Amino acid sequence: MSAGAIGALLAPLIEPGFFAAEDVHIAIAVGAIVAIVSGTVGVFTVIRSQSFAGEALGDLNTTGGSAALLAGVGPLWGFVAAGLVAASVMELIGIQRPRGRDLATGIVLGAGLGLAALLLYLDTTLHNTTGATATILFGSVFTFSSTLIPLVALLGVAALTIVAALYRPLLLSSVSAEMAAARGIQVRLLGSAYLLALALAVALASITIGTILSTALLVGPAATALRLTKRPGVAILLAGAIGIAAMWLGELLAYDSFYWPPAGTGWPVSFFVVTLIFIGYLLSGAPELARRRSRGA
Amino acid sequence: MDAKEILSVEGISVRLSGREILHEVSFAIRPGEFTGLIGSNGAGKTTLLRVILGLQSANAGRVLLDGRPRSHRNPLIGYVPQKFLLDPDMPLRARDLVGLGIDAHRFGIPRPSRARRALIDQMLEAVDALSFADTRVGLLSGGEQQRVLIAHALIARPKLLLLDEPLANLDLRAGHEVVALLARIASEQQIAVLISAHEMNALLPAMDRIVYIAGGRAASGTTAEVVRADVLSELYGSHVDVLNVHGRVLVVAGAGDDADLHGHEAALPGVEIVS
Repeated sequence: MSAGAIGALLAPLIEPGFFAAEDVHIAIAVGAIVAIVSGTVGVFTVIRSQSFAGEALGDLNTTGGSAALLAGVGPLWGFVAAGLVAASVMELIGIQRPRGRDLATGIVLGAGLGLAALLLYLDTTLHNTTGATATILFGSVFTFSSTLIPLVALLGVAALTIVAALYRPLLLSSVSAEMAAARGIQVRLLGSAYLLALALAVALASITIGTILSTALLVGPAATALRLTKRPGVAILLAGAIGIAAMWLGELLAYDSFYWPPAGTGWPVSFFVVTLIFIGYLLSGAPELARRRSRGA
Repeated sequence: MDAKEILSVEGISVRLSGREILHEVSFAIRPGEFTGLIGSNGAGKTTLLRVILGLQSANAGRVLLDGRPRSHRNPLIGYVPQKFLLDPDMPLRARDLVGLGIDAHRFGIPRPSRARRALIDQMLEAVDALSFADTRVGLLSGGEQQRVLIAHALIARPKLLLLDEPLANLDLRAGHEVVALLARIASEQQIAVLISAHEMNALLPAMDRIVYIAGGRAASGTTAEVVRADVLSELYGSHVDVLNVHGRVLVVAGAGDDADLHGHEAALPGVEIVS
């Protein structure tokens, strides 16, 4: 299909002014950075079976983000701070060990979210910021200031650098922690460094699609990519590409939805992004399903 | 001490939470030797391997590799852990896992090169795994995964290859193939192979030496020296018989004075219960 044909196909989707608005430029740039970081870190989250840690970090970001709003600073600072604190606590209680971690994490998560309920209430009443709850929980990709981009890029580069530097030890310890330890790899230290990258990735996902949905961006594209390729490097590139596609298409649809009923409000970006990721995941299972059906017949 | 010994285990004792797991275990292995570490489940085999690997510290004794105390990361040792189930979703082909054997401890992303690919192919061929080089490791059979893990361990050119229960969960034929492969590697590449097993018969044709471990104590030597009623009786601390039935060796608790062993018959290596 030629570029012209693709343009003609997309033309009805693209509302006039989409590429002209500055908000959209920022959303496109931030969305791409966040999708790449989430996809890269997410592949290891899935193969290390640490989705639960990602979910816990996202939940506790709610507390950090709402506290940051109350203090009058940007929620991203709250996400990063809460992520680093939560990652350290998880490290201390040993979230990587299955036994005992569920109970401890559940109790800490409950306390954190309870605190978030209070902080969000105070945000809404004291600061009269009615959108606070929605901003924290479901993101705010169209309301970013362009001054945020360098910080987002910096945090993204930090997370990617950690994963790139530890790529080989991470891969081997995902196969077998024992084999990695036998080769002299400091498995515990490696896990802590990875948790740091995970905390940064979740903080970035939280500002775009919200704390509650951050796990979807982390795990969804990665899980889809893992169904489509058997090569680790390709899986990472593919997860990033799937994340970018979902993010950009989601932003486009959200922009369009200003003209949808109920007119003049627009639907949340997060809804579109997460729905697209979900559809992509379902579609990625189709080849396997077809193969199984043809074999069964 | 013979300078040619690649591994010397000297008087190793290990206590874990007050229980003595290993008691003054000593033996030595030379290059090219195929050694079986035989003992029932819980006899201390895995602990001993972990001490040799440096993953477990000993309360007494020392381990020498090539005549020197072991260092933290020792490239002399290749290790194949006890069978684990690899997730079929793991995005790793057999050749990727073998490639990790070259440089998994290094920082950064590996750069593909013709030399790297050739080396990986050569290792896969050495373990007869070339035909499934591009298959996801999680989709391979137990015997195939075992061969890929051996190639992973061998590619770093170790002088000592440790395998923890590689024959567990393999069917008889796959087990024979793995043993024959390891014996060939040991003699062709002059690598010392130390392989733990709870059943010695599958290893008998290939074994140059045996380390027989029971109740934390070990006896070592050739099979003719070790697998004898008097040696094993002393090791177990009560009388056992060594029977040769249709070319298979059975170690059974002797009649009469086996109060100590009561209920342990099933755990004796080599025993098959025929009721």
